[in-house]
Amino acid sequence: MSAVKKEKEPLFSAKNRKLLTNPLNIENPITVQVLGICSALAVTAKLKPAFVMALSVIVVATFANVIISILRNGIPPRIRIIVQLVVIASLVILVDQVLKAFVYDVSKQLSVFVGLIITNCIIMGRLEAFAMGNKVWPSLLDGFGNGLGYGAILIIVGFVRELFGSGTVWGYHVIPQPVYELGYMNNGFMILPPMALIIVGVIIWIQRAKNPQLIEQK
Amino acid sequence: MYSNAYIFRYASILVILVAAILSAAAMLLKPMQDRNVAVDKMQSILVAAGFEGVDAKNAIELFNKYVTNMKVIDPSGEIVDDYTTDNKENSTAFKLNLKEQLYNKASGRDYKLPMYVVNKNGESIYIIPLYGVGLWGPVWGNIALKGDFNTVVGVTFGHKAETPGLGAEIETPIFEDQFPGKTIFDGAGNFVSIGVIKGGVANQPNDRQKHLVDAISGGTITSNGVNDMIKNVLESYEPFFKKQG
Repeated sequence: MSAVKKEKEPLFSAKNRKLLTNPLNIENPITVQVLGICSALAVTAKLKPAFVMALSVIVVATFANVIISILRNGIPPRIRIIVQLVVIASLVILVDQVLKAFVYDVSKQLSVFVGLIITNCIIMGRLEAFAMGNKVWPSLLDGFGNGLGYGAILIIVGFVRELFGSGTVWGYHVIPQPVYELGYMNNGFMILPPMALIIVGVIIWIQRAKNPQLIEQK
Repeated sequence: MYSNAYIFRYASILVILVAAILSAAAMLLKPMQDRNVAVDKMQSILVAAGFEGVDAKNAIELFNKYVTNMKVIDPSGEIVDDYTTDNKENSTAFKLNLKEQLYNKASGRDYKLPMYVVNKNGESIYIIPLYGVGLWGPVWGNIALKGDFNTVVGVTFGHKAETPGLGAEIETPIFEDQFPGKTIFDGAGNFVSIGVIKGGVANQPNDRQKHLVDAISGGTITSNGVNDMIKNVLESYEPFFKKQG
């Protein structure tokens, strides 16, 4: 038995590490795959909700990938999308309930957007594209990596918008009073969703300038 | 290939399992969630009265310190219950479900109304909780009145699911800060409530302006909901106001 057994792949082989790091860079769900934009625009006016949203998506993406990967051989193909949706929806409801119980003020700010994780294309995209055809461990890494890639962008955008829009970071004032007295003003435009789109655009620009392989060949 | 029977079995088991997990989670977390809602209510009451720096951590302490009385009022304006001891969250007035009471009123049954009295710098401020309907779900809030039961000290609003950026703006300072100083009775002592109107308060006659605030652009139905909520709830307290006057 053990003689025919293939040599076990190490947990963090080069291939597995790529699952974790690619979504952070050249396969980023927001900046490269352009998925999950709506929530990225909606919850990033302040850093704290952006962080909680990022955390929630990481949790949901990871667990959904793991659960679907465990079930993948038993799921009847004809109802696989519904099964995926049931798994995502129940995880999101669990996250929502936990947020309401432990961080009520943040849950109030996120309001409908927690529920909208269900419709976040990143999660279902990963289930359909990855978890349905891969083992549990790689699926876990893939879910976690994609959640992280999404969260990283959310946090960068949230940081920039809060800093320039409200002069605060995580609710603490960082721009000193004398600067305001010199005539500096918070940019109200930063608080509005269009600015999030522009910041995401700038991130895409920087990323493409650094990774020529992302630029489409004409 | 999977048979239809297998698909049905699979779907049923999955759904029952998920339902069980979710109900268990909801039941386990309910006490904590209720606690958060109660603390949030206290916070909202204190903020309406004009206290600053109230957060989830100090809300209970501040609430017990500054709230001096939790009254229950009957339809004829008589006070039927006073609650002045500690642990104000156990009082009848705090537990009274305004939604149910307003429903009782609408269907012609007996009803009771809560009122919270806050002591701020030696002055008594009277806070009345509000409850109504917005566009997508309920809207609620608190309105704080001076001892003359006419001048507004402050308001807070909340909502379940109004549109972010439009109707949801009712809970921002931009909207709420319009209320302090407005009055709910006109010069002749008639109840006029506070209207949430479109077209600009500044374009209204001078004597009407102190009963009006600007609605939110793009949030008309929510604004109308707030308008109706204030009128409907304060109307119920009119007999009480008249008795005090």
